[in-house]
Amino acid sequence: MRDVISILDFSKSEVLELFELTDEVLSGKFKPRLEGKIVATAFFEPSTRTALSFTSAALSAGAKVLGFSSDEATSVSKGENLADTIRMLENYADCIVMRHKLDGSAKFAAEIAKKPVINAGDGKREHPTQALIDMYTVRKLFGTMEGLTFGFLGDLRYARTVNSMLRILTMFRPRMVYLISPPQLRARAEILEELNYPVKELTDVRDIIGELDVLYVTRIQRERFLDEDEYEKVKESYRLEYRTVEKMKRDSAILHPLPRVSEIDRRIDSMPQAKYFLEASYAVPLRSALLHEVMAGD
Amino acid sequence: MKSGLIVSKIRNGTVIDHIPAGRALAVLKVLGIKGIEGYRIALVMNAESSKMGKKDILKIEDREIEEKEAELITLIAPDATINIIKDYEVVGKRKQEIPQEVVGLLRCTNPSCITNNDVEAVTRFRTIKRKPLQLACEYCETRLTEDEVVRQILG
Ligand SMILES: [Zn+2]
Repeated sequence: MRDVISILDFSKSEVLELFELTDEVLSGKFKPRLEGKIVATAFFEPSTRTALSFTSAALSAGAKVLGFSSDEATSVSKGENLADTIRMLENYADCIVMRHKLDGSAKFAAEIAKKPVINAGDGKREHPTQALIDMYTVRKLFGTMEGLTFGFLGDLRYARTVNSMLRILTMFRPRMVYLISPPQLRARAEILEELNYPVKELTDVRDIIGELDVLYVTRIQRERFLDEDEYEKVKESYRLEYRTVEKMKRDSAILHPLPRVSEIDRRIDSMPQAKYFLEASYAVPLRSALLHEVMAGD
Repeated sequence: MKSGLIVSKIRNGTVIDHIPAGRALAVLKVLGIKGIEGYRIALVMNAESSKMGKKDILKIEDREIEEKEAELITLIAPDATINIIKDYEVVGKRKQEIPQEVVGLLRCTNPSCITNNDVEAVTRFRTIKRKPLQLACEYCETRLTEDEVVRQILG
């Protein structure tokens, strides 16, 4: 029984064990067994995709699922009491998977709940299970996670998946990590300070596109900009183009936590580097392995 | 100290010396002392100091500062000396150590932090750098600088 709040809650060996277990789920060698367990999906901030992914993962392991995905629960942020909601949920379930728009909400919930809490995204902080899926994909594609060159493109300031990815990479000694973003969306100092590998910040992905093994694309959201024109400008220059991908190594990979809107040209989908749908296909097996570890593991 | 501002010795209690000039009130605030508690308190502000130029001094009668409180004082007065007095004698000194954790005292500057949005959440900061002081919110990881800490405590 454990919480999953930050990717740094895992040791490297725990990550590797989880990946091996996911391999076995995919090959059918291992079947997560959560019969008799109930998983609550508490999506205070709505996300159909992630909620469904966890639901499918839980159901496929034999667990029952209840929960909500609603905006209403958080529409009144002042005076809202997350603690009470968590106390209620733990009477109904053996594990709480939660997403919330507030930073640190998952950690707070985990302190309240005696049952394990899995962070499915807290504000702009972390989304550890997405990073696990992303790194699992890297391992599948390259046979290793060590010594690779990564590029992160787009909104690196508010994208919680990027935070979790940058942190999980501290376990795997990347050769170089390029952070490509508009100046106002650069990665946060508190994340960068703790990294133990070489990092370079730049503004144009085309400068280093040929060097990359993995290009991780994120969406730039309108609400991060006060000025509509500014947003349009930035959005256009951080859109991944067909011509740019042509300059990538053939065996390199483009990842994206999905859903994507317009930041990847749809013609790229059929190029060999496009791996985001493959990446998405690992979500359910990995999350079911994780749910097993959290609720039935030792 | 210049003559004319000499404050008599206290019999029992705590003397806090070498407080940076102007921060004695903040020290009282950290200790939760408002004046209505009835302790006899001598407060000297902007006294001459050979070491610091100017300094503040606090003498609080019948109140012993605990280790935990001394740690909090360190946040705003890192070079203060805290002496516990019994029968006019110094019987103990509190170590000046920056606390590893500051619970409840400070506010997170991130408006989207859970601690600013849930009635039950209590702030908790971890010390990540001692000089200059830097704290990190245990919930959202937002950093507090020394200036911000002093500003908040001075209120
Ligand atoms: Zn905070």
